[in-house]
Amino acid sequence: MSDTMPTYIGRSVVRREDDRLIQGAGTFVGDMKLEGMLHVAIVRSQLPHAKINAMDMRAARNVEGVELALCGADLKEELPPISGMQVAAPKTWRDGMDPRIEIPDQTLVPHDKLRYVGEPYALVVAKDRYIAEDAAELVEGDFEILPSIANAEAAAKDGAALVHDHLPGNIAASLHAKTGDGEAALDSAPHRLKKRFFHHRYAAMPMECRGVVAEYDSRTDSVTVWSSTQIVHWVRREVANALDMPEERVRVVAPDVGGGFGGKGHVYPEDILIAYLAKRLGRPVKWLEDRHEHLLNAAHSRDNLFEIEVGYDDDGRISVIKNNFLVDSGAYSPVGAAIAGNSIAHFMGPYDIPHYEADCKIMMTNRTPNAPYRGAGRPEVAFAMERSIDLVANELGHDPAEVRFRNMIQPDQMPFAVGLPYRDGVMIEYDSGDYPEALRKALNGVGGLDAFRKRQKEALADGRYLGLGLGCYVEGTGIGPFEGATVKIDPSGKVMVATGACPQGQGHETAFAQVAADIWKVPIEDVVVTLADTSHVTMGYGTIASRSAVTASGAIQDSSDKVKEKVFAIAANVLEASESDLELRDGSIGVKGVPEMSMTLKEVARAALPGWIHQRPEGIEAGLEGTAYYEPPTVTWAYAANAAVVEIDTATGEIKIENYVEVHDAGTLINPGIADGQVKGGLVQGIGGGLFEELSYDEHGQLMTGSFMDYLLPTASDVPPINVIHSETPSPRNAFGFKGLGEGGAIAPPVVIANAVCDALKPFGAEINSTPVRAEEILDIIEGGAAAVS
Amino acid sequence: MTASRKITLTLNGESVSGEAPARMLLVDYLRDVLDKTGTHVGCEHGVCGACTVIVDGFAARSCLMFAAQADGAEVRTVEGLADQDGLHPLQKLFSEHRALQCGFCTPGMLMTAIDLVESSESLNEEEIRVGMSAALCRCTGYEGIINAVKAYAEQVHGKPPENRGGNV
Amino acid sequence: MLAEFEDSARPLAGGQSLVPLLNFRLSRPEFLIDLNGLPELSDIVDRGDHIAIGAMTRERSIENSDLVRSKAPLLHEATTHIAHLPIRSRGTIGGSLANADPAAEYPAVALALEFEMVVQSVRGERRIKAADFFEDVLTTALQPDELLIEIHVPKIPSNSGWAFVEIARRHGDFALAGVAAQITLEKSSLKDAKLAVCGAGSTAIRLTDAEEIILRDGIGDDAINAAAAAAAAAVDPMSDLHASAAHRQRLTGVMTSRALKKAAARIGSLA
Repeated sequence: MSDTMPTYIGRSVVRREDDRLIQGAGTFVGDMKLEGMLHVAIVRSQLPHAKINAMDMRAARNVEGVELALCGADLKEELPPISGMQVAAPKTWRDGMDPRIEIPDQTLVPHDKLRYVGEPYALVVAKDRYIAEDAAELVEGDFEILPSIANAEAAAKDGAALVHDHLPGNIAASLHAKTGDGEAALDSAPHRLKKRFFHHRYAAMPMECRGVVAEYDSRTDSVTVWSSTQIVHWVRREVANALDMPEERVRVVAPDVGGGFGGKGHVYPEDILIAYLAKRLGRPVKWLEDRHEHLLNAAHSRDNLFEIEVGYDDDGRISVIKNNFLVDSGAYSPVGAAIAGNSIAHFMGPYDIPHYEADCKIMMTNRTPNAPYRGAGRPEVAFAMERSIDLVANELGHDPAEVRFRNMIQPDQMPFAVGLPYRDGVMIEYDSGDYPEALRKALNGVGGLDAFRKRQKEALADGRYLGLGLGCYVEGTGIGPFEGATVKIDPSGKVMVATGACPQGQGHETAFAQVAADIWKVPIEDVVVTLADTSHVTMGYGTIASRSAVTASGAIQDSSDKVKEKVFAIAANVLEASESDLELRDGSIGVKGVPEMSMTLKEVARAALPGWIHQRPEGIEAGLEGTAYYEPPTVTWAYAANAAVVEIDTATGEIKIENYVEVHDAGTLINPGIADGQVKGGLVQGIGGGLFEELSYDEHGQLMTGSFMDYLLPTASDVPPINVIHSETPSPRNAFGFKGLGEGGAIAPPVVIANAVCDALKPFGAEINSTPVRAEEILDIIEGGAAAVS
Repeated sequence: MTASRKITLTLNGESVSGEAPARMLLVDYLRDVLDKTGTHVGCEHGVCGACTVIVDGFAARSCLMFAAQADGAEVRTVEGLADQDGLHPLQKLFSEHRALQCGFCTPGMLMTAIDLVESSESLNEEEIRVGMSAALCRCTGYEGIINAVKAYAEQVHGKPPENRGGNV
Repeated sequence: MLAEFEDSARPLAGGQSLVPLLNFRLSRPEFLIDLNGLPELSDIVDRGDHIAIGAMTRERSIENSDLVRSKAPLLHEATTHIAHLPIRSRGTIGGSLANADPAAEYPAVALALEFEMVVQSVRGERRIKAADFFEDVLTTALQPDELLIEIHVPKIPSNSGWAFVEIARRHGDFALAGVAAQITLEKSSLKDAKLAVCGAGSTAIRLTDAEEIILRDGIGDDAINAAAAAAAAAVDPMSDLHASAAHRQRLTGVMTSRALKKAAARIGSLA
């Protein structure tokens, strides 16, 4: 990266975002107020599956203050559907997966049939939100209830009703992958285990619901959209496509965004609808999702059912895994096969398993669409894999920790080829790290394995049930296809940085200022960062998939390099020195070893201006501005080991987590304080999913959890003592050594909790193979003796 | 239900007034009529705590009150915390302890914490955790929030809150 | 006013249960009558053998009342279990009792301690015993034109112990089972035992069988276990997302046992 030590990277610089946010002075979409702004209420299906026979909008249209009321039929010819493949799948990945992918497109407002509770079927635009909601209640629909598909297994049954008529068997995609020879390995394995595992449905649940404001300018025939989103450039693409406008005439901005975690990581119908309404009405239009709508309509996640076969020897060494799984994708799958692709690729985690076969079907059901949420396919497979290891250990009478050590990839095997393609089409090769060391540290974090086993035994003699749960994972981070950045040296001398990253609380303004300040050797105050605004970066990708630290930093580096070439050439010209004798230092560029021979970046910027007074050498174009699109060679591999100690209250079944430790390695950390907060926040989301959070449906596909009274987020008093230990093994795949870390924390807790509870209740033969882990089921096990929950 | 009336209240020490329909919630009145958008709406059913403000000295959900019910009341919101001398001590502690990420829950967290700490003479960590469980944060995992509130309790009560034990 | 508007109006107390329903548009009265303008209904007064609490008294005020803490400590302890601080800032005792949510804490305390409800209408004032007040889920003996104005809370006798214990999925959530217990000794034998449970039926339930066991057999471990079993047998909870009926039933037993043990340990602890 540079020939001197970094000044800002690696420091817990106080976040520049904080000052406005702690004063309530941030600007979220809901805070925006434009002259003449109208408000939208959306009418949503209360039926899981129904044919629309007729709609009557008259009563709604007659409400005083209503400007427009539309149903699907009114929009049918106006707006095309959103593609079912918002994320592209590269050919090399397709070749490796042998897929059949027929992910359906999503009509913005259906006119023919409704496929999940929460799906929009009409909308009302009025002068205020209260009136819009009054009128929305008057929309009349004549619906014919269709047989509903309540879950993935029901979808797969012979003769099941079809969610989409053109998808026989309700299969939207099927994927296959293998390395080695699974069948032969299973045949020759000394022991085999066959189990079902279920990871339940829960969701990102940011504190700010979604929201969109749009404004149309007839003079320039352009539209500006402010959306609470993680991917402004995708929104621009889809809006431009739907409204048949040049992308240059669509500006999309994500102002302060109140959390995303993946739930705002794809384009939703409302992003397009609100832009359309603003253009059609010629007035600014605002839509804010309320929490009930969010629970019904914002993407859900997880919800996978696995059938796993494991072959292993007397030592617990696993030679083969067969992974058959169903994804309950709900009625659509906005990011195509990306989550299932992650699940296939991440199953084996940090273990050296020579034979693996995966077979996946993405099923369409009458549930809310399933899209990535923090972890995105990894928590599900970590659950199946890490439960399998504990079950193997139990079968053989070995300690689960020991079985993990025996199967782990050793540091001298790095880089380690897995034999499967990653989603970016590149064959997976773990880049760096020491997995056994991470597990050793995690065990030490809970007092050491032997000490714990001794304590556990003593406690049991007193009638107390303690358990140790372990969970390890690896995570491909910093995925492409690319990220964009534009770097300019402003005439004021400030370093202006813009990237396609779209933060939702990650502190990007601070972190990327740290990166740019080190690249340019300027005080951090001299870096101005602009994010989440398509007008500042021509092409960008966004903040999803634990990718921005790697990809946006790469783009800032590459665009800076372009600008630096000119800075050095111009400074060499002005200072009459050789470029190779120059160096950047403290906001200036000067001759090495000659402190008085230098010029500030402000002076260089002026020398670079076009016009009569420039001081550019021959052949150097005017302006200090560079744009680059960083295309990472492939992903970097973060990893972690988790250990937690629980105690079970055998009278109530309650789980008390005494201590939770995660040893996490995301390579070089930009801002350790921010990184620590990311991992801890993720862990608490994982604990929430492990214990409380669940999007429950009844047998007809009716969502039972439509409020925060029923969907239970963890609170401050539910959080156990958490200790995160950061290792920093630099990734060899980028100049900074960065790996991504946004998602990691959320991956392991559900399985760590399940393993810990089963360990504590070993005397009762407990086997919990599904999430969430509920006190009620624990008490059933205690009262009923041996029981498997799956 | 739609007839408007004039609502006058003391907001952060200043008398303000504006028209509100009878059914308008206090939080909408603060945000839409008075343009004080620091108070946020996260659920509209009193669970998340993002809309928490202090009404006549007590933290309350502004999504569960009508604007008309605040007529004549003293209301304190996040906009009233900093003064000419700078940020409120708790605001500074939130930044120092990394008690926020996206910042959406932060105003409600601050108002909850101020009532919790200032209405008691002493608090231990468990009481702080239970008290702060009145508001939801999805980003931080609460560690920074609890540490900031503990530090504030120490400032206000003159002694550090007792820890709950364990490795925090 | 309630008489005049008949079914089209609803009285609004603290609003911590009603306003969420309004916001979801699940309840849509034509008129709301705001009782918050009635400060005379928010006093806590010592009336000798009982404490009189105005129906509009905030839960926060009850929590902070020295009189309640010293003379009706069970009511104090139950209050600390209600939701969260900002909810208690607005929520009122009258609102909670009149709302009659079977999972709420106050109806259980009202049954255990035998509150008397003072009710007023244009037709005059009447008093309803707690045992006659709670009829069904969200249903009380209040007529549409009647308003609960005052609650009489008997003071705790000397030589008593009390406890309110509950279990919920998270702190502050409605109870899966919560038990209010107050026991009184005379010399060394039990003179009185009062037990009620919330979260385990269509109303809060007085646990009379369990009380009888305790009164007969004392508060040794065996008697407490028998009382807990009787409590579990006496309830008829509903299943929902958060717990099955069977789970609530066994938790009722566990909470009864814990409440009795805690109450027993507290006997004589009041000054």
